Amino acid sequence: MGHVRAFALFWWDFIVGDDYRIALGVVVLLTATDLLSRSGANVWWLLPLGVVTMLAASVFSAARERRGQRRG
Amino acid sequence: MTASAILLVVAVFLASAVEMVEAATIVVAVGVTRGWHSAMLGVGAGLLALAVVVAALGPALTAIPLSALRLAVGGLLLVFGLGWLRKAILRAAGLKALHNEAETFREQRELAREAAVAAGRLDTYGFTLSFKGVLLEGLEVVFIVITFGSNQGGIGLAALGALAAVVVVLGAVVVVRAPLSRVPENTMKFAVGCLLTSFGTFWGAEGAGVTWPGADIALAVLIPATLLISVAMVAALRRTAGTAALPQPGAA
Repeated sequence: MGHVRAFALFWWDFIVGDDYRIALGVVVLLTATDLLSRSGANVWWLLPLGVVTMLAASVFSAARERRGQRRG
Repeated sequence: MTASAILLVVAVFLASAVEMVEAATIVVAVGVTRGWHSAMLGVGAGLLALAVVVAALGPALTAIPLSALRLAVGGLLLVFGLGWLRKAILRAAGLKALHNEAETFREQRELAREAAVAAGRLDTYGFTLSFKGVLLEGLEVVFIVITFGSNQGGIGLAALGALAAVVVVLGAVVVVRAPLSRVPENTMKFAVGCLLTSFGTFWGAEGAGVTWPGADIALAVLIPATLLISVAMVAALRRTAGTAALPQPGAA
């Protein structure tokens, strides 16, 4: 069981990385783009806008945490 | 060669070079402290394992329809790219320690020295450390080569970019016989993060059924836009950091 857990953890860390919200956000954004495209809308702007918003949220949230740790 | 093919080779070369530098640091530390025999056997076994992954994944990807492949590959590149870019932005803003190969080399060398030497012809500690270093650092390169290559229809070109990086880094290691601490690794990671994020956005959206304005020209807008926005984020973080401490080298 330990090996299975270690294997699963390795792939989680390899693909998802430091911030799981980024991986989750990418899945949500791609699904939303796909669904809207199927309904006939050309939402080319949705993914770039979502990616920038997500990156900014992740980076500034990490910055706040690190500054909080330094003060603490 | 088209502009996107050149960008493909550049992206794969830079990503491969960064990972190769990290793997080489571990292998040199093992070789210097535990002996080159086990270190090189570990490198060989690691490369063999990577070849098996390529042989298994490469043909499997060609069997998937292009739109589904672009969606999956775009998503994977976006997750990888955003992860690299996030770290690179935090490092450039002084909020995360810069990656430092000289420090990593010292840490790995100390660990290798402290580990007991097993009886027998093969030093299993040295072999395992070297094997894991090559396999783990190489796995990301393999994913990037396969995803970029299969999407762009140029696995050969992508492999060429990776091979060029292997030759350049190995050549440099043989010449200096020390960790490559002068390689601007953090800057390279910033560039690779921008490229992976841009390609991931472009292919991911195409795979989801989007038609980009200007078709392939959109990529020529996405890459500089991603770079500019990332640089702006670094500037904003530095401005708000105020008295932020300087990064301590060594942490990954």
